[in-house]
Amino acid sequence: MKRLLEEKVTALHGAGGLVMDKLLRERILPKFPIRAAGPIGLDQMDDGAVLDLPPGRLVFTTDSHVVKPLFFPGGDIGKLAVTGTVNDLVVMGARPVALSLALVIEEGFPLADLERILESAAAVLGELGVALVTGDTKVMGRGELDGLVITTTGVGVAERVVPDSGVRPGDFLLVTGPVGEHGLAILAARNALPVETPVESDVAPLWPALAAALATGGITAMKDPTRGGLAAALNEMAQKSGVGMEIEEERIPVRAEVRGLCELLGISPYELACEGRAVLAVAPEKLAEVLSALRAHPLTQGAQVIGRATEHYPGKVILRTAVGGKRFLEMPLGDPVPRIC
Amino acid sequence: MCLAIPARVVAVEGNVATVDLGGSRARARLDALGEPVQVGDYLLVHAGFAIRRLDPADAEETLRLFQEILALEEGP
Amino acid sequence: MRELFSLRDPALAARFRELLRKLQPREPVRIVHVCGTHEITIAQYGLRSLLPETVEVLEGPGCPVCVTSTQDLDCALQLAERGATLCTFGDMTRVPGTRMTLEEARAEGADVRVVLSAADAVEIARRQPERPVVFFAVGFETTAPGTAAVLLDNPPDNFFVLASHKLIPPALAALLSIPPVAIAAFLAPGHVSTVIGAGAYRAIAARFRVPIVVAGFEPLDVLYGIALALRQLREGRAEVENAYPRSVTEAGNLRAQELMRAVFRVGPALWRGIGEIPASGLYLREEFAAHDARREFGVEGRLGEEKPPGCRCAEVLLARAVPTDCPLYGTACTPLTPVGPCMVGAEGACNIWYRYAGRPRL
Repeated sequence: MKRLLEEKVTALHGAGGLVMDKLLRERILPKFPIRAAGPIGLDQMDDGAVLDLPPGRLVFTTDSHVVKPLFFPGGDIGKLAVTGTVNDLVVMGARPVALSLALVIEEGFPLADLERILESAAAVLGELGVALVTGDTKVMGRGELDGLVITTTGVGVAERVVPDSGVRPGDFLLVTGPVGEHGLAILAARNALPVETPVESDVAPLWPALAAALATGGITAMKDPTRGGLAAALNEMAQKSGVGMEIEEERIPVRAEVRGLCELLGISPYELACEGRAVLAVAPEKLAEVLSALRAHPLTQGAQVIGRATEHYPGKVILRTAVGGKRFLEMPLGDPVPRIC
Repeated sequence: MCLAIPARVVAVEGNVATVDLGGSRARARLDALGEPVQVGDYLLVHAGFAIRRLDPADAEETLRLFQEILALEEGP
Repeated sequence: MRELFSLRDPALAARFRELLRKLQPREPVRIVHVCGTHEITIAQYGLRSLLPETVEVLEGPGCPVCVTSTQDLDCALQLAERGATLCTFGDMTRVPGTRMTLEEARAEGADVRVVLSAADAVEIARRQPERPVVFFAVGFETTAPGTAAVLLDNPPDNFFVLASHKLIPPALAALLSIPPVAIAAFLAPGHVSTVIGAGAYRAIAARFRVPIVVAGFEPLDVLYGIALALRQLREGRAEVENAYPRSVTEAGNLRAQELMRAVFRVGPALWRGIGEIPASGLYLREEFAAHDARREFGVEGRLGEEKPPGCRCAEVLLARAVPTDCPLYGTACTPLTPVGPCMVGAEGACNIWYRYAGRPRL
C-alpha cells in the first residue's frame, strides 16, 4: 500500500484526508515559487485566496486543459495549462497577477508524471513572477477520465483593456511569430505519424513580450490564435469588429518544416493552433512603435504585418494568395485531419 | 483527389526511401516505382508510396511550356 | 530545391490570367475536374478569381472520400464496432455513413486509427498480432498500387483490406453518357494519370468528343491546363492533351499498373449519390481472399441503387440541376450532415452553395 501511494495517484489522494494533505504539502506546493499575491495564499490552504491587486481593471479568465499526449515535443499539459491562461489575460491587455490550478486526476496516474507536469507549470509561473494562490485536487476512478485534466483560472490587471472586437478599418493586422507549430506537433504526436520532424509546440507565455507593445496604446484588438489557428482568430476578430480583412498570404510567417509537413498531410498551417503567438490589430499611426516594441523581445521578434482591416466584406477574411488570386480564409470546421484527397 | 508532393530522397534502405520535406522527414515505399532511386533524387509521394521519380530538368521544361503558350497567345 | 517544383510565380499567374481572358469563349462553359486535390489547389490559391466571366470550373465526382459509397462506409463502421482496429485516411473519418462517421464511432469506443499509408496499417497489424486490423482502402488509381504492394509483401495474417478503390476513366464515361451533357471539357487528375497514363483517356475523348486535359496540381499547372482546354474549345478540337508532362507519360507507371492487376479484379462499384457505375471498382482477387475483409467478416455490401432517396447530386454534377432544386438541400443535407458527395466535400457544389448562397466572385 505504501509503495503504491508513493508511485501512483490513488483514490485516497483525492479524498481530502491525510494522504492528500501530505501529497500537497510535500510534492505539489513547494514546486511553486510564488504562492501568494496578498495576505492569504496557497500556503495557508484556506478556503480561498485573498489578493491585493494593483490599480486598474480586473481581468478574469478560466480554461480547462486536456491534451493528448500529455507530454509533447516542446512542452506538456502543465506548461500548456498555465501558459494558456496567462496568454488569455495578456491578449485582453492585462498583466497577469495570480492563477488558481485545479487537477482532476485519473486513479493510477503515475506520481512521477504528475510531478514533472507540475514542475513545468511552476517553472512558467516562476519565470513570470506570477503567483499560484489557490488550487484543488480530485481523483476519479480508473477509466472515468483520460489521465489528467487541469483547470486554471487567472486574474490580471489592465490599464487599457484590449478586446478582440476593437479592429477598425485601416488598422494593420499583425502576427507575432510563425504559425502552426503547436497544432502540428500535437497532431504528429497524437496520431503517432511515422514522420520525423523538428517541429515543436510554440507554447510560451506572451508576457512580458507584449508588455511594451501594449504600453504604446496602439493595439486596438488582440487574440491568441489557439484552437482553429490563425484562420479562426482572424475570422472571429473580423466578425466581432464588423470589419473585413485583407491578408497577404506571402507575409504570413510559417517555418519551412511546418510547411513541408503540412503539404505531406494535406492540412493548412493557418488552421493549426498556436500557443505562443498573438494576432494584433494596430492603429496605423502606432504601427512602427508597436513593431519595434515586439521585435525587441525574442518571442515576438518574428512579428509580421500580414494585412489590413477594410470596410469591404464586413465579417469576412480575404486572403490574397501566392499567385495573386483571392479567396475567403474561412473559419475552420473542426480540428484538421491528414487527408489523401 | 490524390495529394502527392515532391520530396527529396535523403536515404534509401531496401524498398523504403527516407524523404525530406523542408526539414521534416517521412518514409516512402518504392514498390510502385519501376526504376532505381538514389539519394538526391526527387520523388512524387502519395500515401506513403512513390509513384514517380521527378527530374528537375522536367520542371524547367514545364516552365518552358508555360512560356511557350504565353508567348504564342500574347501576340496581337 | 524542392521549390523548383513549386510553380507559383505571381507574375506568370498574371500573364495566364490575361491569356485565359483572351481565350474565353463567348458562351459560358463549364470545365469539370474530377479531383479533390485540383479543387484544393483551385480553392487554396483563389484561382477562380483569376478566371474570365464565362468560364466556370466545377468539381465533379472526383474525391474518393466523397464518392465512397455509404454501403462500404457502413461495412467499415460495422467492422470497427465488432472490435477490429480500423485504419483509414484522415479525411475518410469525417464522412457520415448511415448512422455516423468513423470519427464518431471512435468517440463511442471503436478503435479507429488515422494512417498516412497502407504500409502504416500493416505496421499496426504487426504490432498487435492478437487483433484483426482492417485497412479501409479508399482512393483511385493513385492509391490502389500502395494497397496492392502491401498485399504482395507478405502481410501478417491479422491484416485485412476492405477494398473500396475506384477507377476514374469509367466515371468520366458515365458522366458523359447521361444526356444532355453540359460539360465542355475535363481536367483529368494528374496523379491518377501518372499511374494510368494520358493514353487511358483517348477512347473517351474520341467517343464523346470532349477535350480532356491532364493537369498537375501547382497553381500554374491548373491555369495552364485550363488554358489548353479553352484553346481546344476555340479550335473545335476534342483531344487528350497532357499539361503535366513532368509526371505523366502516355503509358503511365507500368510497375504500378502491374501491382494493381496482380491484386485486384475490376467490377461494378457504387458511387455515393450517383449510383452504380460498371467496371469502376477494384476488388481483391481470389488469391488474396485470406486478407479480404469482405469475405473474412461477411460484410459484403449489396450492389444496387444507393442514391439516398431524393438526393440529386448526380444531376448537380451534370449541371442539370442547381443545389436548391434538390429536396434534401438545406434540410436533411447540410455541410454538417451531408448526404451526397456535393455536400460532403468542402468545395462540393452544394456545400459552397449552402455557405455562400451561390458561388461568390471575388
